[in-house]
Amino acid sequence: MTTELPADFAGKPLIACPTCDTLHVEPSVPTNHAACCRRCGRVLAAPRENAVRNVLALAVTSTILMTGAVFFPFIELQAAGLHNRASVLDAAMAFSQGIMAPLAIAVAFLIILIPTARLVAIIYTLLPLVQKRQPYRFAAHAFRLAERLRPWSMAEIFVLGVAVALVKVAGLATVSLGPAFWAFAVLVVVNVLQDNTMCRYTIWKSLETTRR
Amino acid sequence: MPVYNMEIPGNDAALISAQRAGLVACSHCGRVYPPGTESCGRCGSGLDPDGRKSLQGVWAWLAAGILVYLPANIYPMLRTNTLLDSSESTIVGGAIELFHHGAYAVAAIVFVASILIPIGKFLAIGYLAMSLGRRSRMSVHHRHMLFEVVEFIGRWSMIDVFVVAILSALVHLGSVANVNPGIAAVSFALSVAFTMLSAQSLDPRLIWDADEEDR
Ligand SMILES: [Zn+2]
Ligand SMILES: [Zn+2]
Repeated sequence: MTTELPADFAGKPLIACPTCDTLHVEPSVPTNHAACCRRCGRVLAAPRENAVRNVLALAVTSTILMTGAVFFPFIELQAAGLHNRASVLDAAMAFSQGIMAPLAIAVAFLIILIPTARLVAIIYTLLPLVQKRQPYRFAAHAFRLAERLRPWSMAEIFVLGVAVALVKVAGLATVSLGPAFWAFAVLVVVNVLQDNTMCRYTIWKSLETTRR
Repeated sequence: MPVYNMEIPGNDAALISAQRAGLVACSHCGRVYPPGTESCGRCGSGLDPDGRKSLQGVWAWLAAGILVYLPANIYPMLRTNTLLDSSESTIVGGAIELFHHGAYAVAAIVFVASILIPIGKFLAIGYLAMSLGRRSRMSVHHRHMLFEVVEFIGRWSMIDVFVVAILSALVHLGSVANVNPGIAAVSFALSVAFTMLSAQSLDPRLIWDADEEDR
């Protein structure tokens, strides 16, 4: 059985919940209100005051932290007069010998390249919106890429991995954390803040209305 | 945060899905289009003509994920050489070793992330895919919750691969101690990735179709 409905209802376009497909009339949600799906409860839109500006600021902060985190040593180890330190890049390159080389590339992507690509894409999308100008070309592509890459950006998992590794070598050697570890840890917190502030629906709508 | 009341088209009692209304919806931004529209005008995503993704991808990635999980448990994850001896440890072996050293919390993290979560995910995705469009002992709301948990937790299994990477990069102390990655790290990483792809291929709207049938 199908019920006939036009794609716009009383002049207003319809949206469907991406999770459960339930139709709603396109809302114009006031800032600091949350609009949830009537069936499954998914938050469909939750615009915050100055959200775009804040997300942009957080993304720029993350990019700076990321640069620091990659190149400085994040962990140091001392045992029996011997000394070794490793940067995030070294960790990715641990697999670079022999047949495991593809894994080295994959790890580099998961902890460095994908998080960075997401940040760049978000900055590219939001910068013109904050400046109240026309979005850059392919802004929709960039934002879609950032969204698609989200589950594959694993910096926070890496941070917990460092903690586990610390316990594993604790009996073997003296370990100390370097500046890059703290940069990475802050980066994780900033990323969580950024994801929670960002209302995707608002961004899609403003990309649409400022286009052309 | 105050709640904004969403308006639904038509009479206020009946929730209706885009598919039942004969419309196609964008799975990224939610915008709804008349049937036959090829791509979303708001975000540019391609629109599936049937409005739903098929299950083929889910099963294919799930099978691949299970297949590569087996060698991940048989072969060593880490090879450790110290002055006294050299040893190889598997995923289970590593967790047991931590447990013997008294690091119970970390042993628990490793055990949960690399054994319980992967197997739980295989079972959960298999169950969700098989119960689609049917009534099941689990309500649609609970099934959807299970799906969200699988999507949220799946990525965290990658922690084991990162631990191996960190240890191998760090522990190079001449003749005193050396740690090298084992081949199981590759198949374990693949297994996590394949299972993530399997969950991502499962269109959550298919889960909710069963809810529609009840009305
Ligand atoms: Zn919904
Ligand atoms: Zn769209």
